[in-house]
Amino acid sequence: MALPTRKFDAVVVGAGGAGLRAALQLSEAGLKVAVLSKVFPTRSHTVAAQGGIGASLGNMGEDSWLWHMYDTIKGSDYLGDQDAIEFLCRQAPQAVYELEHYGMPFDRNEDGTVYQRPFGGHSRNFGESPVQRSVCAADRTGHAMLHTLYQRNVRANTLFFVEWMALDLMMDETGQVHGVTAMEMETGEVWRFHARATLFATGGAGRIYSASTNAFINTGDGLGMAARAGIPLEDMEFWQFHPTGVAGAGVLITEGVRGEGGYLLNKDGERFMERYAPTMKDLASRDVVSRAMATEIKEGRGCGKDADHILLKLDHIGLEKIETKLPGIREIAKKFANVDPVKDPIPVVPTCHYQMGGIPTNYHGEVVVPRDGNNASVVPGFFAAGECACASVHGANRLGTNSLTDLLVFGKASADRLIQFLKENPGHKDLPKDAGDYSQSRLARLEGQTGGESVFEVGADMRRTMQAHCGVFRFPDMLDAGVKKIREVAERATRTEIKDKSRTFNTARIEALELDNLIEVARSTMVSAQARQESRGAHDRADYPKRDDVTWLKHTLWYKDSDRLEYKSVNLKPLTAESFEPKVRSY
Amino acid sequence: MKFRIYRYDPEKDTKPTMKEYDVALEPTDRMLLDALVRIKSMDDSLSLRRSCREGVCGSDAMNINGKNGLACITKLADLKEPVELRPLPGLPVIRDLIVDMSQFFKQYHSIKPYLQNAEPAPEKERLQSPTDRLELDGLYECILCACCSTSCPSFWWNPDKFVGPAGLLAAYRFIADSRDQATNDRLDDLEDPYRLFRCHSIMNCVDVCPKGLNPTRAIGKIKEIMIKRMV
Amino acid sequence: MVKRIPVGAHYGLRDWLAQRVTAIVMAVYSVLMMLIVLIERPSNYGTWKALFSHQWFRLASLLFALSLFWHAWIGVRDILMDYVKSTAVRLALQILVILALVAYALWSVQILWSIQ
Repeated sequence: MALPTRKFDAVVVGAGGAGLRAALQLSEAGLKVAVLSKVFPTRSHTVAAQGGIGASLGNMGEDSWLWHMYDTIKGSDYLGDQDAIEFLCRQAPQAVYELEHYGMPFDRNEDGTVYQRPFGGHSRNFGESPVQRSVCAADRTGHAMLHTLYQRNVRANTLFFVEWMALDLMMDETGQVHGVTAMEMETGEVWRFHARATLFATGGAGRIYSASTNAFINTGDGLGMAARAGIPLEDMEFWQFHPTGVAGAGVLITEGVRGEGGYLLNKDGERFMERYAPTMKDLASRDVVSRAMATEIKEGRGCGKDADHILLKLDHIGLEKIETKLPGIREIAKKFANVDPVKDPIPVVPTCHYQMGGIPTNYHGEVVVPRDGNNASVVPGFFAAGECACASVHGANRLGTNSLTDLLVFGKASADRLIQFLKENPGHKDLPKDAGDYSQSRLARLEGQTGGESVFEVGADMRRTMQAHCGVFRFPDMLDAGVKKIREVAERATRTEIKDKSRTFNTARIEALELDNLIEVARSTMVSAQARQESRGAHDRADYPKRDDVTWLKHTLWYKDSDRLEYKSVNLKPLTAESFEPKVRSY
Repeated sequence: MKFRIYRYDPEKDTKPTMKEYDVALEPTDRMLLDALVRIKSMDDSLSLRRSCREGVCGSDAMNINGKNGLACITKLADLKEPVELRPLPGLPVIRDLIVDMSQFFKQYHSIKPYLQNAEPAPEKERLQSPTDRLELDGLYECILCACCSTSCPSFWWNPDKFVGPAGLLAAYRFIADSRDQATNDRLDDLEDPYRLFRCHSIMNCVDVCPKGLNPTRAIGKIKEIMIKRMV
Repeated sequence: MVKRIPVGAHYGLRDWLAQRVTAIVMAVYSVLMMLIVLIERPSNYGTWKALFSHQWFRLASLLFALSLFWHAWIGVRDILMDYVKSTAVRLALQILVILALVAYALWSVQILWSIQ
């Protein structure tokens, strides 16, 4: 049975920071756009970002986009593409000003300009000393930003399809994308969204790990859809472990705490980051801090009766600063760690936080794949922005604040390029005859499954496997075993069964469909990590402790069919600036 | 731990029932949402919304032992057994703990929740003093969970006409913003026996707000400005 | 489905303010009355009658009565707005309340000025 169809100029999947920024651009251009979101837009995970948006406004002293660019490249451990990074850093101030004009309640300086705080890995004059580059709204920057963007979209009359879950890409045999199939959660109905261009802003998949700062909805839906359509996933071995997740709970404590003067202590009360990063100390980049913490814990200097966490001390910065700059953190610490940070340190551990890899794109947000000898052949009609995309600006390790910058800059840039694409490609092409069949067959499989696996258990096994085999430190034997295990789990995921077969707001079905996406991400991560024989950024291998620029200065591309891996070169050539050659990274 | 949870599936049930659950919890289950996730792992037909699990997205608002709150930041240890869970009151139930929030969002949208400033935007940021910025604290933090509006009797009686505490808090957020120029229009829009003046300072909204915000105070401020404008 | 409802009657603030002003009038009168009862201690018909024969006291009492009726009008109307959903019925009830309150007001004048 053919599915009902609706036609749009463009469909945006996801309504977090990137999706909303893109949607705004498209709506204001007068296009007929459908924005699909699994949750009401302000419930998207951007809402949980705390610390800030990186942009070299120079409100607190001299700063330049070139320094920001250097920091980002160094932070990426030289795996970032320098054209995209230059674009990001040059566009960042404009993106922040726009957001301010939309009404974002930024913190302010006495002179009325936007306040900026220091953040990990951000320095002045190419690593000389920390710089204040992160604009923020207390420790609720993501919340303020997401709401501001949503509000601006209300003004622009953007058409939202709230609580619709996209299921699959509709792609023709030439590889052009014509929209998605999606399910309305309230009714269980599946529709085809026939669009001349499709933009994915579906966010990350941090839920592949047991301990994660990510929301339940971060299930890598865009990555799953892309992978099933035969599009490779780039650099999936690189997962950022945020240094300060509340021990046990996984809830995020912003790096802004350290930006505002907090620091980490081991069980001897030692400020150990001074040993690992003499210049930047607690504000070294996240991979460095997380690794230092994991080392302290591993070597028996962890805190608590099980010596399994590190303490984040901030009482010395004073009640007033905590109340004005970090009120949300105090709330979280009280609720999730049972401590009042005004008096006591917060127990923290490195926790899965951000996916550096994703759907490969160029800096215009166009999805690119290798084809006919071209490393970056554009997939017509398909765009991606935000955490689901890999431009790649974050390389092997993302700098704090650059995620929000990424959402704004590439949300807008991809929409701009999409508008241009629509101009050059007027009119809808016919949908392929079988468009939607694949989604229907997946749903039919799930409906008809008997004697299958529990979604909850398969998911739990996946998360445990990822956590144990592919964490902060990676070991060859564990990775080998991990690949085997995750393939087994993935095989079980093809036989998931739900007991509840109803149509109305069936969240069991949604969770089963989400697992289909998660499992692709988990597999790509494990396989890519096992193959990369070096330590770079967030990927740290015990058997290859050094970065190897001769062999491994290249992006991984994972294909779903038989876990095939390909590689493509890193773009070391910026748009206008001089190239930053890889060198030894110290903070 | 014992729970009594409101269950309603429109495809099967003619009326809602309270279903009892007795769950063995793990030491890691600290918040109500942890328990609900555990229950769902055993009974996948239980439907609820949830996302961030740290009290910032506003998805898992529900009526917990008679009081609206977010499941993810409600400690299990603080709850009396059996824990009685119902959907937010005053909105149509779609299924189980999931309510239709259209009316709530319609009211939020009705106050034009976006900055209005007709002047051309400057090249850089619009300036705002820290004192002016301070006016927005306690207003912009709203997560639109609807705990407040659905605990407000005035909203129960007139959800189609009374903006409700969440919407009015947002209205004042823009009235209070030194960068917004539409204060007059905003006041005109609210100067109505229903839209603003259904608020009778019952203060249930203040009592339940999981973010500790005070819509009643914001509503009072709007009235104050209206009086200033009138006399 | 969300229904479209016309709103914007623009008398919200006026009535809200009136309710507060009339409340203050009633509070002041009540305090005054209590003081009189405590200090003057009117104990029989004669002393009460003497009190009400002062023109200023009649006026104060009238002001109190009018405040009460106005206050009651807003309060009762609010209740009708909350609970009576049919516009026709609500309008009918509101007219009834207004007529009753006007009658009470006239009656109050008659009572106050009938004391000689």
